Amino acid sequence: MGANDVSMIKAAHIGVGISGQEGMQAMLNSDFAFSQFCYLQRLLLVHGRWSYNRMCKFLSYFFYKNFVFTLVHFWYAFFNGFSAQAVYDTWFITCYNLIYTSLPVLGLSLFEQDVNETWSLHFPELYIPGQHNLYFNKKEFVKCLIHGIYSSFVLFFVPMGTIYNSERSDGKDISDIQTFCLIVQTSLIWMVTVQIALKTTYWTMISHFFIWGSLGFYFCILFFLYSDGLCLMFPSIFQFLGVARNTMNQSQIWLSLILSVILCVIPAFGYQFLQPLVWPVNVDKVFDRINHCKTRPPQVRVRTKLKHPSLRRSAYAFSHKQGFGALITSGKTTKTKPNKKNSFPVKK
Amino acid sequence: MTWSATARGAHQPDNTAFTQQRLPAWQPLLSASITLPLFFCAGLAFIGLGLGLYYSSNGIKELEYDYTGNPGTGNCSVCAAEGQGRAPPPNCSCAWYFSLPELFPGPVYLYYELTNFYQNNRRYGVSRDDAQLSGLPSALHHPVNECAPYQFSAAGLPIAPCGAIANSLFNDSFSLWHQRRPGGPYVEVPLDRAAIAWWTDYHVKFRNPPLVNGSLALAFRGTAPPPNWHRPVYELSPDPNNTGFINQDFVVWMRTAALPTFRKLYARIRQGNYTAGLPRGAYRVNITYNYPVRVFGGHKLIIFSNISWMGGKNPFLGIAYLVVGSLCILMGFVMLVVYIRYQDQNDEDDDDE
Repeated sequence: MGANDVSMIKAAHIGVGISGQEGMQAMLNSDFAFSQFCYLQRLLLVHGRWSYNRMCKFLSYFFYKNFVFTLVHFWYAFFNGFSAQAVYDTWFITCYNLIYTSLPVLGLSLFEQDVNETWSLHFPELYIPGQHNLYFNKKEFVKCLIHGIYSSFVLFFVPMGTIYNSERSDGKDISDIQTFCLIVQTSLIWMVTVQIALKTTYWTMISHFFIWGSLGFYFCILFFLYSDGLCLMFPSIFQFLGVARNTMNQSQIWLSLILSVILCVIPAFGYQFLQPLVWPVNVDKVFDRINHCKTRPPQVRVRTKLKHPSLRRSAYAFSHKQGFGALITSGKTTKTKPNKKNSFPVKK
Repeated sequence: MTWSATARGAHQPDNTAFTQQRLPAWQPLLSASITLPLFFCAGLAFIGLGLGLYYSSNGIKELEYDYTGNPGTGNCSVCAAEGQGRAPPPNCSCAWYFSLPELFPGPVYLYYELTNFYQNNRRYGVSRDDAQLSGLPSALHHPVNECAPYQFSAAGLPIAPCGAIANSLFNDSFSLWHQRRPGGPYVEVPLDRAAIAWWTDYHVKFRNPPLVNGSLALAFRGTAPPPNWHRPVYELSPDPNNTGFINQDFVVWMRTAALPTFRKLYARIRQGNYTAGLPRGAYRVNITYNYPVRVFGGHKLIIFSNISWMGGKNPFLGIAYLVVGSLCILMGFVMLVVYIRYQDQNDEDDDDE
């Protein structure tokens, strides 16, 4: 396309340039450039759709995990005299978004596919949610917020109920603030891990590595930060000496963790199951058909080769003026199919 | 970027599985055949677990007594009334008499509980110097600024241990006496006050500063005790292994609580004739009433408890598991009904199409 299309490309939300004979101007100013017009179909229906899907999942998950992380302090405020005492170890606050939860989100944003490319091209109706802004809008944000509030409620009150006036199995303290911080932190990491596992529908090896690896990495860093060596070297900075060792061997901690994770996951799980049944959108019917086709592989039909003259058009004409459209679409300018029955004139 | 009519494929991107997003993947489908059995199994498992936890918690015996001394609640009210408005409160002792109708199975643990005491207040929680408590001599004479106003004494000496947490150390003491025969003498029950704090706390985290000429008092020369303390830190206990920063009561207190109502371990009862527990009979607890809680509307309690594999008496987990298990099963049924109903509806729609 020529240089006079550059302004059109720059003005559009997404400008696409087709590299060709007329120079590089349009192509250099475009967001996407490829060599053939037919690749536009893949750009929209496959990559564009995947990109929209990934963006929406990323946004709703990112907001959710930060809502849960932060809103726990709201509930704790009622129990600490509104003194802004944090429910987490300061090192956890530093590492949470940076180390513990960054890789899974990255994996989700890079590799997530709801249907593969073949089905995406076969069912263009799947593109409609993107056009209608269905996957992340104000309503989805509010749903995300409500889920975050509920999760933070569970995340605070289940550990609080577990340690309230309770002791370890050897009679010593378990209701100190450092143990409480550890329980809430660990429950939070498990909770957001399970949540992203629910959201991921396309599990590559890399997704597995990122998600379960981040969880394992959290535990490694936990034991490192709470180890004797580090805490004795910098006693004022690393104050949680021995908390991980003393807490992780208590069965009530693990029971509380399982309980809070399950309580958070049940609504999400149930909603994900019920929503396509009770409040289906058009796209859900398409997904049903795809799943139906996947489970029943189509029978291979033996095709007989039919010889027919090709109807492939080899020329395109575009007119800026009114007038020729009716003539062209009337069919008068195309070659007619030879009628086999009347191929040989029969003498009457 | 030069663009020339080069050989076909010169600018083509890599055709690998990674770059073309064709990585092999597992695509699980959240179908009814997975979800519904999962809900039912989880529900049943949780109910079983909940029942086990609830009965385990119910089997734990607990005996508590509020000795704050509110008027009309026993003879500790005398001590409370005496101490009102006077700081430091005068020495006072009171007693609690109780009797056990049957054996209180051991090992029995003795706790003190405080209510309305916000050890989790942020400003209170940072008011400590862990470097000083780990025995660093430099930090002993230079407490951190977070300890203010309990950083330097009125005379300008550094306070050891500094901070509001150390200053508010709980200083009531208890002793337990057992009357074996009615009308007979009271015999003291030995209370095991050793190793009541976390092992990592009193062995690793808290260390006394290095002894000077074999004396701990000399190691603390040039420092002052916190304003509310009667004795300096090196005289907290006559036992040299239990004094200074590694005193068990001090270490237990420094492990600040997460909630405004908390209990801390005071002693274990497991020695001599009381290894199996507290036998039936009459008992008396002598309480030295020092700690003022009525000024902030708090309560002090003394608690006898025994312990199981899941800790003290805490029915929360048992009840929560039972509730969540029932909820899972209920939701499973609801989802099953909805699924059958809407599946039939969808089949009709599909047939109509």
